Amino acid sequence: MKFKAIKKITLVLLLSMVFSVNATELKVAVAANFAQTLKEISTVFEKDTGHKLAITQGSTGKLYAQISQGAPFEVFLSADDETPERLITEGKAISGTRFTYAIGRLALWSPRPDLVDEGGQVLKTDKFRFLAIANARVAPYGRAAVQVMQKLGVLASIEPRVVQGESITQTFQFVSTGNAQLGFVALSQISENGKIKSGSAWIVPENLHEQLRQDAVLLNPGKDSPAASALLNFLKSDKAKKIIASHGYQF
Amino acid sequence: MWILEPEIWQAIWLTVELSAIVTLILLIAGTPIAWWLSRTSSTWKAPIAAVVALPLVLPPTVLGFYLLIAMGPEGPVGRVTQILGIGQLPFTFPGLVIASVFYSLPFMVQPLQNAFEAMGRRPLEVAATLRASPLDAFFTVAVPMALPGFLTACVMTFAHTVGEFGVVLMIGGNLAGETRVASVQIYDYVEVMQYPQAHGLAAIMVAFSFIVLLLLQIWRPVTRKGV
Repeated sequence: MKFKAIKKITLVLLLSMVFSVNATELKVAVAANFAQTLKEISTVFEKDTGHKLAITQGSTGKLYAQISQGAPFEVFLSADDETPERLITEGKAISGTRFTYAIGRLALWSPRPDLVDEGGQVLKTDKFRFLAIANARVAPYGRAAVQVMQKLGVLASIEPRVVQGESITQTFQFVSTGNAQLGFVALSQISENGKIKSGSAWIVPENLHEQLRQDAVLLNPGKDSPAASALLNFLKSDKAKKIIASHGYQF
Repeated sequence: MWILEPEIWQAIWLTVELSAIVTLILLIAGTPIAWWLSRTSSTWKAPIAAVVALPLVLPPTVLGFYLLIAMGPEGPVGRVTQILGIGQLPFTFPGLVIASVFYSLPFMVQPLQNAFEAMGRRPLEVAATLRASPLDAFFTVAVPMALPGFLTACVMTFAHTVGEFGVVLMIGGNLAGETRVASVQIYDYVEVMQYPQAHGLAAIMVAFSFIVLLLLQIWRPVTRKGV
C-alpha cells in the first residue's frame, strides 16, 4: 500500500518536473547589479517579442563558475568584460557575440542623509563601524570598491571594518538595513530617473577604478535559440537603452 | 598544498570556537528548559515545545532574515544592545553565537528532555523521601542518570553548529577570523573555483561528521541500558 502511494507521488513529481521545464523560456544569467534593470526590460521584451525570460541573478564570478560547470544558461549578462571573454576562450560562449550593454557606476552610499559627503572624505573617518562591499573575489563591483580604497590610501585602515556581501545585492541589503552604515553599491541600485532615491551618496569618479564595462555574450546552449539572439538585439535597441540609462548606466 | 593555507585553519578554529561556546551556553540554558518540559503538565508545554522545535523545520533563511532585522540598529534587539554599549551584533562573532544558540536549541533540548522523561518521577521521589533538596536531587540523581542524554545533546549541538551555513551567510558578512566559518569558507572556495582547497576543507568536514555520528551510534546502547 505504502509503496504504491510513494510510487504514485514520485510519478506525479517527475511529471510535474517535466512539464515545468518550459521550452519557450529563455534562461538568462545576469550579474546582480543589473537584475532589477533586466526585469524591467523583460516586461517590454516579452510584450514586443512574446519571449519569456527565466532570470537567474548572482555575482559574476559565481555565475561564471556555474556556466563553466555546464549550467544551461543561454545568455550571460556579466558585470565585467573579462568574464565573457574568458568564456569565449574556453569554448563555453560563442565568439563574435560579445558586446557592451552598459557601463556601470560605483557609488558610496548610506541610507543616512548626512553620512556620505561629495568626495568620500567619510572614508577617512571613524564615523562608521562597518562598510559593506561585494565580495571582491567574485564581484566586479567589489573589485572596483577595493581599487577605490587603495587609490584613496584608506584600504589598510578600513579593511578590518569591511563586510562582504556575496553579491552586490546582499551588499545593498547590508547597507539598507543599517547593519553596515555605508557601502560601495551599484549606482543602479540607488538611483531612479537620474536621482538618488534616498540617503546620501558619492558617485565615485571613474578614474578611481577600472571601468565597469558590462558585457553580454551568447552562451553555447543558446546557439540556435531565436529568443536568445532576439534578446541580445533588443538590448542594443533604443527602447532598452532608455531603460538602462534611467537606472544610472552609461554607454 | 591546501592543508598549509592559513585561512583554512583559521576557519576551522573559528568553527570549533563557535560550536564550543554555543554548546556551553545551550548546556546551561537548555537544561532547565528540557527539565521543565519533561516535568510540567502546564498548558504551555505544547506551545513551548513547538517553539523549541521550530529551528528544525524552518529554513535557515527565515531565522537569518529575522535576526538581521531584529539585531540591526533599528531592530528591537539592536536598540537594546546599542543602549547597553555592546554595539551591533550582525557581522560579529557574538552575533553568530546568538544566532547559533537559537538555531541549535532543539538539538540540546530534545535529547535532554527525552532522557529526563525516560527516567520517570520515581528516582526523584525517592531522593525527596531521603530529604534531598530538589536542586540536590537534580544534580546527584537526575544528572548522573541522564548522562548519556547529556552526551548525545552536547555532541548533536556541537555538530549541528559546525554544520550551520545559511544563517551565517545571511548575518555573517564573511569577515575572516570573525564570521568566516568552515562552511562559508568552502562556499567561497567553490565560488572562485579553488576546488583543491574546497576539497580539502570539505573532506575534513565529512570525516568530522562521520566520526561524530559513529560515536553517537556507539553511545546509543549505553543510553538504553543506563536509563
